[in-house]
Amino acid sequence: MNAIGRPSFRSLNQEGIVFAIAVALFAAAAIGLPGFLTADNIVAIVRSVSVLGILALGMAVVIIGRGIDLSAVAIMAMSVAWYLQLLNTGTPDGLAFAYVLVGVLAIGLLNGFLVAYADVPAIFVTLATGSFVFGYVRSQLITQDAVPVPQGHWVELLGGLRFLDIPVEVFVFAGLAFLFFLFLRYTKWGRYIYFAGDNPVAARNIGIPVRPMLVLRYVLSAFVALIAGLLTAASLHSINTRVVNSTLLYDIVLVAVIGGIGLSGGRGGVRNVLVGAALIGILLNAMTIIDIPLLYQNLIKAAILLGAIIVDGIINPRDEQTAQQGDI
Amino acid sequence: MSFRERLQSWRYNLVPDHLVGEILTKRWTDNAIPFLALVATLGVFGSVIPGFFKLSSLQESTRQLGEFSMVVTGMTVVMLGGGIDLSVGSIFALSCFSAVYVFFILEQSIWLALVAALATGLIFGAINGYLVGYLRLRAFLTTLVTFIFGRALFDILVTTYAADVQLSQASSDVLDFIGDGTFWGLSVSVWLAIILAIVTHIALTRSRPGWHVLAVGGSRRSAHNAGIRVRRTVFMTYVFSGFCASIGGFLIACRLSGAGPGTGLNLEIMALTAAVVGGVSLGGGRGSVVKGLMGAIIVLTMTNGLIRLGYGTGTNQMVLGIMLAVAVTIDIRWLKNRHKVLNEVYVAPVYLKMGETQSAVPGSGTPYQLDNRLSVADHIGLGELEGPEDVILDRDDHLYCGTRHGEIVRFFAPDYVRSEVFAHIGGFPLGLAFDKSGNLISCVGAMGLYSVSPEREVKRLSAETSRSWTSIVDDARLRDPNDCDIAPDGRIYFTDSTKRYDAHDWALDSIENRATGRLLVYDPRDGSTKTLLDGYRYTNGVCMAHDGKSLFFAESWACRVHRYWLEGPKAGTAECVIRDMPGYPDNINRASDGNYWMAWLGMRTPSFDLSLRHPDMRKRMTRRLPQDEWLFPNINTGGVVKFNEKGGIVEAMGDLSGAAHPMVTSMREHKGYLFVGGILNNRIGRYKIAGADPDWTSPASYWGAKS
Repeated sequence: MNAIGRPSFRSLNQEGIVFAIAVALFAAAAIGLPGFLTADNIVAIVRSVSVLGILALGMAVVIIGRGIDLSAVAIMAMSVAWYLQLLNTGTPDGLAFAYVLVGVLAIGLLNGFLVAYADVPAIFVTLATGSFVFGYVRSQLITQDAVPVPQGHWVELLGGLRFLDIPVEVFVFAGLAFLFFLFLRYTKWGRYIYFAGDNPVAARNIGIPVRPMLVLRYVLSAFVALIAGLLTAASLHSINTRVVNSTLLYDIVLVAVIGGIGLSGGRGGVRNVLVGAALIGILLNAMTIIDIPLLYQNLIKAAILLGAIIVDGIINPRDEQTAQQGDI
Repeated sequence: MSFRERLQSWRYNLVPDHLVGEILTKRWTDNAIPFLALVATLGVFGSVIPGFFKLSSLQESTRQLGEFSMVVTGMTVVMLGGGIDLSVGSIFALSCFSAVYVFFILEQSIWLALVAALATGLIFGAINGYLVGYLRLRAFLTTLVTFIFGRALFDILVTTYAADVQLSQASSDVLDFIGDGTFWGLSVSVWLAIILAIVTHIALTRSRPGWHVLAVGGSRRSAHNAGIRVRRTVFMTYVFSGFCASIGGFLIACRLSGAGPGTGLNLEIMALTAAVVGGVSLGGGRGSVVKGLMGAIIVLTMTNGLIRLGYGTGTNQMVLGIMLAVAVTIDIRWLKNRHKVLNEVYVAPVYLKMGETQSAVPGSGTPYQLDNRLSVADHIGLGELEGPEDVILDRDDHLYCGTRHGEIVRFFAPDYVRSEVFAHIGGFPLGLAFDKSGNLISCVGAMGLYSVSPEREVKRLSAETSRSWTSIVDDARLRDPNDCDIAPDGRIYFTDSTKRYDAHDWALDSIENRATGRLLVYDPRDGSTKTLLDGYRYTNGVCMAHDGKSLFFAESWACRVHRYWLEGPKAGTAECVIRDMPGYPDNINRASDGNYWMAWLGMRTPSFDLSLRHPDMRKRMTRRLPQDEWLFPNINTGGVVKFNEKGGIVEAMGDLSGAAHPMVTSMREHKGYLFVGGILNNRIGRYKIAGADPDWTSPASYWGAKS
């Protein structure tokens, strides 16, 4: 997506390449792997990347604004774990949800405040808050690693919901993707994110409220993480907090970066997330069908992510003369 | 003195406020916060956990500390170079596995296992270094990915070979010793960590590669422009980090005789937290190995302490998260605001009640009354000069002066129209004097005492004196050498006006009014510099008495002139000869009639005198108002005063129009003319003195007629 009207066929190229690879992979898998090209499997692919894609949407908004949110997975798992724990110990549903919502927004605000007003690099802020959120909820608020969804609760019912045999999270992903597309493309604040990500100082000079917008992005990301967490709990009927220590977080960054959203900000959009999610979904599904163990899948994903970052570094090179000191 | 004033004088003259600012200028204050945190952490956990300081308990925790602090040392070096290495946990685990594999499964010697571990770390570090250093990828994300990659690899290897390791029969005394033994009461890992820390510290602070790392971290672009190979330096920091982590991994392999899924888990966030909590700055350039070690002890004590206190899963991460967030925020804020804080608190005014003075108003009938004589002076170098603080003439009547640009300019006799740059020194050449062999001696503001030979060779004579024991700010350095004069025996007496401010900040010194001016002597025979007198309010002009047995020196902010005896019964003591003048004295020079000329750089005003009795007001002023709006001494009117050997005032002259010579910092009599300079002026004035000896010259007065 050409964000601010300057020729960027290089990024278009990257997105195109990834899309081509995804299509080629899809074709190869369809021909080579029995059981790949079935309706059930296609639905499974889309379903498997739904939660990942939703999280990647939140991450994309933050990255376009030249930030990163490493606390997304911790917020996703721990907020829902706390919610379910509250329900299991008899707290009324509305009150429990209000607690969790306030908690999630508070963490988003804290992230945004430290990044925007205390000028702390986003990477460290979100690394620290992610660690804190996991540690605090795990040690103070819940009692075991996995928290089940109470019998007959709406989260459980949500997981069973189907339209045309397609699980509900696919629709949520599609809906959110469309909303984010509208937000980034057609609203004033959405455009501001690109300006602030491309050149924060210039954005500030022309009067864009850069700092409040930064806070908004982290709050948005935290809120999206909560939605993703609820969907995860809905499909699995429980939430396992060990997911925080898994590679899910890096999968999210992988989806965003491999789709062509430059880490230096100001570029990319919802379409890039969709392309990235498609490639990762096909890849994971194919690896599962071939029966590659999970550990090896991690290795392969890490290798792909490394390749993506190297390509990103070559396509969007950092300028020695203008790079900020301490921008690591 | 009223009771209020007495209180003020006690409050501001006895309480050493200025030390706060001086301490803040020190780089070691960066260490103070982590050090206090270290003491607090050890204190709290030592008192809460019974037997925390027992030898057996310490033995086990220090073993772990040895391994951990090595990893932190590597991380510190990477961070000093402006990067970050999140893959240390993976390198640690993989090195551990390499050692275990070579020793237990291949059943090779322990030394080969060590080589395998080191090779793993170096290769892994080199990959990181290549990606971040040469390909210039973002350090954080890149090492994050290599961390995942390494971790995935390690998990695969461990699950594959765990059973084989369990069944292995291999054993070695060396391995047991490294893992469990002690040497002089300390475990091997602690010894290795100490050696590594010392070597790294020396390399960082005393060697070229270490300086390169700090330079690259401090300012990558400047380092590049200075010709440092930035990419290779960054590369080497990651290789070093890999090396450090691999030693740690080897040690844990020896200690646990195996590798498990938990090896090196969360190590990266712990090491990062340790480095940041210790005060190693994100973005590079600031920090040290010692800071990293302090952070390592804090973090390890905290995490181990919490486990031993029985807090559940997750507590560690919570505490690490809080510590990391707080430490990073403090680091960023401190780095950003330190100079602001320093600016706010550095100026610490003192109380001074200036004595009653006589008026200098024209027609007031006092000896100080100024007239308008200097306004008719001819001008030399008008518009060409900037800041001729002092002027001097040589035996051939050529005229010399210093300029703001660090040059000494020579105007040629007889008409002083043509000029040339006589010598370029740098700094701001202030006081000038010719020695017996015709060398031009100059006090160069912000640099020291310099000599320029007639052949224009510039030589530094002195830039420091001995340091006093009690000072916090470095008072060995000459910050504001102001004026000099030369005794018949060749020794150069000169003043250093303030210890607390650099030369260009002299106006701040006037507001603070703290007595830190010095009189010093440089002995050309052995090149030594000694402090003779200390504790004056801005020592300024120096002039040898005509008989060469004493010298006069001016104390600007106190409006006094003192006489320092070189010989005779009072040798080595100073006495005040003129006090409570209406103007601030600057340079002093000889006059042809046996008296002395003294420049006034400005005039006292009732308002500034009053402010000197209100240090609280001046303190508020420096903190709350922009500098343009501060109350400064009046330097818009100055003058030239002649006084006699006894300190009696003979006459005074000025430029009441303020057009030609508002501020006078120097004047020199030569063949019946007076040459007048001013540090903020754009010209030198030449004024015909009525009735002066038309043949008298200063070089002849000092060193006799031309031979």
